[in-house]
Amino acid sequence: MFAELVKRPEPSKTMVYLSPLLALGITLAAGVVMFQVMGVDPAAALHAFFVEPLTSAYGWAELGVKATPLMLIAVALAIGFRAGVWNIGAEGQLTLGAICGGGVALWLYRVDSLFVLPLMLICGILGGMAWAAIPAFLKTRFNTNEILTSLMLTYVATLLLSLLVYGPWRDPDGFNFPESRIFSDSATLPIIVENTRLHLGALLALALVAAVWVMLARSIIGFQVKVVGQAPAAGRYAGFSLNRVVWFCFALAGGAAGLAGIVEVSGPIGQLLPSISPGYGFTAIIVAFLGRLHPLGVVFAALLLALSYLGGESAQITLNLPLAVTGVFQGMLLFFLLACDVLIHYRIRFKFASASAASETAR
Amino acid sequence: MDILIPAMLTIITAATPLLYAALGELITEKSGVLNLGVEGMILLGAVCGFAVVHFTGSAVLAIAAGLLGGAALSLIFALLVLGFQASQVATGLALTIFGIGLSALLGQDLVGVAYAGLPKVAIPLLADIPFIGALLFNHDMMVYGSFAMVAAVAWFLARTRAGLIVRAVGDSHDAAHAMGYPVIRIRLLATLFGGGMAGLAGAYLSLAYSPLWIENMSSGRGWIALALVVFATWRPWRAFVGAYLFGGITILQLHAQALGVGIPSQVMSMLPYLATIAVLVLISRDQNKIKLNAPACIGKPFHPSS
Repeated sequence: MFAELVKRPEPSKTMVYLSPLLALGITLAAGVVMFQVMGVDPAAALHAFFVEPLTSAYGWAELGVKATPLMLIAVALAIGFRAGVWNIGAEGQLTLGAICGGGVALWLYRVDSLFVLPLMLICGILGGMAWAAIPAFLKTRFNTNEILTSLMLTYVATLLLSLLVYGPWRDPDGFNFPESRIFSDSATLPIIVENTRLHLGALLALALVAAVWVMLARSIIGFQVKVVGQAPAAGRYAGFSLNRVVWFCFALAGGAAGLAGIVEVSGPIGQLLPSISPGYGFTAIIVAFLGRLHPLGVVFAALLLALSYLGGESAQITLNLPLAVTGVFQGMLLFFLLACDVLIHYRIRFKFASASAASETAR
Repeated sequence: MDILIPAMLTIITAATPLLYAALGELITEKSGVLNLGVEGMILLGAVCGFAVVHFTGSAVLAIAAGLLGGAALSLIFALLVLGFQASQVATGLALTIFGIGLSALLGQDLVGVAYAGLPKVAIPLLADIPFIGALLFNHDMMVYGSFAMVAAVAWFLARTRAGLIVRAVGDSHDAAHAMGYPVIRIRLLATLFGGGMAGLAGAYLSLAYSPLWIENMSSGRGWIALALVVFATWRPWRAFVGAYLFGGITILQLHAQALGVGIPSQVMSMLPYLATIAVLVLISRDQNKIKLNAPACIGKPFHPSS
């Protein structure tokens, strides 16, 4: 053993913020090695991944498009993770949001009214909440592990969407493709920057981030979430209801993920398809941790992970790299982040230093 | 009878990967480590196994490669969780995300490649018994291996000194440490065993269950295996029963389609996941049962100085 971990008397504030940067650095270094092994020029690959997508105004707008669902989901998941509520089924809640909101759009496809879009968004939120309510109910009533139930429901949600799109909701004029009708104009989110795909959902995401920030800092439930997460015993003595916190975390995350789902289908996608998300619900978990479970941090982390999606697409086009590289990058980033986080609570003491010092004094 | 035997044979093929993964995770959890990355380890095992059989043609090497692939991924998990004191839940999730990505990257050139599947090994004489012979004694080696593993794991935990130490470490790492057992090293070995078994589960998927490689081909089996461990209340023989129960549900879906039952395929495909939830609810309703059987230190980090 050359080094050992020594517990710090107090968690290091500096390392809390330094750790994500350190992790990003190590991830990039590991990326260089990975590209070298794959026989791709690392400089060209990293350029394609992290610089190329941002060389145009359109690219920056796309960054916002991809960051929107990540921000929406991650900011809400972070609240749950703070309280020790492990909702990892956001992908399923997103899917249900798309189904419920998208169902409204298909039902009212002839209606040209300002009320269609708000109704869709509300139904999307409620759909996501309803899906999240299942693990919340099972957790609070039967003490069932929420990690497994919320994840199982993700598979069920994906199959449900597939069932609808292959069956009753298939576009009657769509040449038998498994796609719904394309949503009408009044069921499509307005674009906020011309000639791009950046839509109103981005503003909704920022609004949610602000709202959660205020809630966390100022409201009683926000305080309860923090107490229950950091000191469960203190929460019990204070009479905080753990079940209430569980329900709150699931409802918030489900609603936010549902909103992300309906925003995706009424924004960049514009119709219901069998697959509507490249795993935003799972990537949002990384975003939440990378953003230090803080609303502001989530914004930056969402932009970074959004860039990894864009980078993957750009590297696929320019260098013919497989899209799976994105997943590897995202996984590595979370690994290195978790590894670097050890430095928050521990510091490294190098043994050989003390050994040589001892031999010094002996002489 | 003519339908029964093929149906029961497919149940065995569906249950075998679940059994491998669940038995491995069972040992890991018995030592007090909760590794949620089973899905990722299965996928890596699947792609490694399939790649090796594609390039060498050797089934034995391929199975070994699957084992090593899963174990290699669990080594990363062990390093983070045991070495760096990282959160087990978060690291397990990271392992799954990383495993999905890495297996897709490694397997990109293997999509669409065909393999005949593991050869069947008929056991002489026994395989000739009518009905039972076809059902039990004419399988590939990994199926026999899974039977052997159930017995081995059950024996190990209940009857050996090493098994007792693993359980002691999982139930009270402080007491085990005080008695001089190397807690971290034992947990490392248990985690590696879980990874290797998940890798074998993956190898079975890509070599025998559906002998090919597709991205994300485990489709949630790792999570079902995790649920199986809870279902089994950490007992190997119950994990065996559970795996066959879930295998049966998976196969029900295929045969209902073949028999022309008028239920959409997607609804049938939901069955294993819904059944998992139902079973989890039934099991966890009785908290005493869980508390009596669950390793007391599961998921808790251990650091010798604290």
